[in-house]
Amino acid sequence: MTRHGAAAWILAGPALAVIAVFFALPVAAGLALSLTDFDLYALADLSTLRFIGLQNYARLLQTPLFWQALGNTLYFVAVGVPLSIGLSLGAALLLNARVTKWAPFFRTALFAPVVTTVVAVAVIWRYLLHTRYGLINQALEAIGLAPVDWLGDPQWSMPAIIMFAAWKNFGYNMIILLAALQAVPHELYEAARVDGASARRQFVDVTIPILVPTLVMVGILTVSGYFQLFAEPYVMTQGGPLRSTVSVLYFMYEEGFRWWNLGNASAVAFVLFLLIFAVSAVLLRFDRESGRRE
Amino acid sequence: MPRRATPVGCEPRRRVLRRLGWGALTLAGAGCERTREASNALHFWAMGREAEVVAALLPQFNARHPDILVRIQQLPWTAAHEKLLTAYAGGALPDLCQLGNTWLPEFSALDALEPLDDRIASAGIARDDYFAGILDTNRMPAAGGGTSLLGLPWYVDTRLLFYRTDLLRAAGHAQPPETWGQWQTAMRDIRQRGGARHYGALLPLNEPEPLFALALQQGALLAEDDTRGAFSQPPFRRALDFYASLFHEGLAPSMTNTEVSNVWDEFARGMFAFYITGPWNIGEFRHRLPPERQGDWATAPLPGPDGPGVSTAGGSSLVLFKGSKRKDAAWKLVAFLSEPETMQRFHALTGDLPPRRSAWRSPALADDPPSQAFARQLERVRAAPKIPEWERIFQEMQLTAERVVQRTQSAEAACAQLDAWVDALLEKRRWLRSRTA
Amino acid sequence: MNPRLAVWIVNGLLAGLAAVSLFPLLWMVSVSFMPHGAASTLPTPLVPASLTLENYRTLFGSIGMGRYVLNSLLIALLATVISVSFNTMAGYAFAKLRFRGRDAIFRALLGALVIPGQVAMLPLFLMLKPAGLINTYGGAIVPAMASVFGIFLVRQFARGIPDDLLEAARIDGAGELRIFTTIIVPVLKPILATLAIFSFLGAWNDFMWPLIVLTDDSLHTLPVALAGLSREHVQDNELMMAGSVVTVLPVLVLFLALQRQYMEGLMAGSVKG
Repeated sequence: MTRHGAAAWILAGPALAVIAVFFALPVAAGLALSLTDFDLYALADLSTLRFIGLQNYARLLQTPLFWQALGNTLYFVAVGVPLSIGLSLGAALLLNARVTKWAPFFRTALFAPVVTTVVAVAVIWRYLLHTRYGLINQALEAIGLAPVDWLGDPQWSMPAIIMFAAWKNFGYNMIILLAALQAVPHELYEAARVDGASARRQFVDVTIPILVPTLVMVGILTVSGYFQLFAEPYVMTQGGPLRSTVSVLYFMYEEGFRWWNLGNASAVAFVLFLLIFAVSAVLLRFDRESGRRE
Repeated sequence: MPRRATPVGCEPRRRVLRRLGWGALTLAGAGCERTREASNALHFWAMGREAEVVAALLPQFNARHPDILVRIQQLPWTAAHEKLLTAYAGGALPDLCQLGNTWLPEFSALDALEPLDDRIASAGIARDDYFAGILDTNRMPAAGGGTSLLGLPWYVDTRLLFYRTDLLRAAGHAQPPETWGQWQTAMRDIRQRGGARHYGALLPLNEPEPLFALALQQGALLAEDDTRGAFSQPPFRRALDFYASLFHEGLAPSMTNTEVSNVWDEFARGMFAFYITGPWNIGEFRHRLPPERQGDWATAPLPGPDGPGVSTAGGSSLVLFKGSKRKDAAWKLVAFLSEPETMQRFHALTGDLPPRRSAWRSPALADDPPSQAFARQLERVRAAPKIPEWERIFQEMQLTAERVVQRTQSAEAACAQLDAWVDALLEKRRWLRSRTA
Repeated sequence: MNPRLAVWIVNGLLAGLAAVSLFPLLWMVSVSFMPHGAASTLPTPLVPASLTLENYRTLFGSIGMGRYVLNSLLIALLATVISVSFNTMAGYAFAKLRFRGRDAIFRALLGALVIPGQVAMLPLFLMLKPAGLINTYGGAIVPAMASVFGIFLVRQFARGIPDDLLEAARIDGAGELRIFTTIIVPVLKPILATLAIFSFLGAWNDFMWPLIVLTDDSLHTLPVALAGLSREHVQDNELMMAGSVVTVLPVLVLFLALQRQYMEGLMAGSVKG
């Protein structure tokens, strides 16, 4: 197995070295940090650093703001992911339909938000969501609904961010699902049509089973990405109003860089990782089960 | 796929690009630091409006010291705290900086600040020209015992009453209240005359300063050399009970400042008669209140439990960082900005109040009644506990008060919970103290 | 379903979606040309009543946006060049070369995809301090020099290269590195283009890490500068939109010019195969 040993290490070496030194090592260091009480005092004088085992984690579980951040993030994931994937799937199906004209133009237009910088478009959306001068409220008023204080009302702030995230991200999954749709062999549809299946039957019996593996992959990627919510609350709401948009990462950023409790912040980061890992594992298990059922 | 014939010995573009990349990377990494040092400019970080304005004061400084170049970097207040701590951790602090005086304890704990006692003495700056309570906020324990001044106050901020003179007079009170009792009576009388949706005072539930001022008037908030919470003790309880009673009696609305659509409009309309706020509102009131209301407002020092009370000692100081390589030049800028004339010009540009009594002799301040109330209050200010954790405790204190006001929790339970939380937060401080004892 | 109705419905829905996708971006451009305060009037204008360049003048004048554009450009270009090189070499090695531990290491890399990058940020920050990389371009580039996603993408693509090609070259006596540079790299050109676009976009849009590691505002990249501006100039929406235009326009242009490669690469890398 070592036929190409030397050359392989020369080629793979630099990338692996970068990942080892600038990713794996800090991750391990982060785990170590989370077991200490690294804070402002330790920053000034390392001798005040103490090993405290799992106390950071225990204290985290007793911090109300952490639970609020967790709740906010789960809310964002639970509502945002299905919304985003639903939009992506719908758009992909529309793009894939035979009756679609100007598919390349639509594809580009729907994908454009994905490549934009989050900070820049968050600034735009912050103004679109303005209570008085925002176009969204003016559109609501035009159809007879009451204006909403999107970024000032704790009930509506997370829905506002969910809307924004869906707008920004749905194009990405749309392309992936489109690729999967286009990879479905036409013979399968032909066979189903010959068998007398209607369009809806074809969709359920042919399209969906083939899509499931891709949907699971898209689901894992999107869930993992959505758990890492940070830039939107940072730019649009600073975690407010009333901490309703504090996400787990935002909480970690505040703990780590505002109060300089690096021990705590690292513990938060690891809890987030475990969460993402657990959810991904569940989704993967679902994928394997559904695959076995075929 | 057709095989492309490449001439033997032709250096692939990839490798060339890679070498260029490394070269550029090293240059970029190294070059940046070098230009910073070589430029010989003083790096001065300032926040918000002050940063914009201080540039206007520089030409006079440059005239006196043409060899000193000053580079001002503006930080938004909402990000300044992070940026400073990150810069400290990354070894990238500027030479001098504007520092909110509640942040001094943190940077003192980090041993990042240069003691200024000798420089102040040799520059002939008179310490007692400064308001005593304000100067005290810059005094921190020194390594070898005693205290040293780690910053020089630049401008001050405190909180006192802005009130509607006409509403007060109509309710039968000619003078502004001087004690809590008088204040309560005045608010009750105003409320009675005004009716529904007319309150005595606006105390936004997300602003900790009013409660903090009341607490300072009563006594200490921390015990045992600032290592344990004393919020369950009588002093804070009295302040909290008085504060909460104002809401429970309907003398103040249970609102945050984001729920009030426009505080100046509401003040003009008489929604509330008293507002505890700071010096910047002198200018704002003059700008935003309608002309017919301009004669109906005034300022007055805060009432205390038994007479005029103390208030918060806020504001910003100028500090030098120990790691700076241009401390002498930086000190010259600090000394310039601390001159009374410069402070008066600064006040004219920003509305920020000077911390030196001699600077108050200018007509803009001496003949301005609203500012004069501040001058009186500034003689009665008390510093916040000088510990790095204070900022967090400060915010948690207000969240606790909010719960008591909203009746989600009783005052006893809330204060006990706050004390427990504070004790846990200060555990490391206790451990450090016991280590050095 | 009536076929003509289907055409109208499908295309209508797509048009609606496209309008929703594009509208904020178009409005951003529109507002950036409005005079100060024009967007805070009722009803909110969609098109500027009078075109003005004052926002851009302020942006590049007193705020010095040009500096931030250069920073972003420099950091993104360097990160792209380096990461494309490293990822391509490693991706090919994992695809076609046999070496000890190859499969185990690759599985570990895939596992690393689940770990959010932010876990590494704080310790990495502390690590870079003794290395003197805090507040330098190097510090901003260093974590982006290689990525598991890039390696994965190249590996997917490289696996499609027929082994006979390589065997023939080996029989001819060519060394592995020579094979890589003269045969593989030209064949991988399509995926290199995709990877380059990905890397450039990722580096240009990166926010959290440059926010942490670049303290001096003269080194700030566009997203960081824009975030700072948005906190400082909360009231000045026209200026903020101009800032957004400057930040978003380069990547949009790049995307439009190279969208075929980008989307083809995305699709190729995603289909299970």
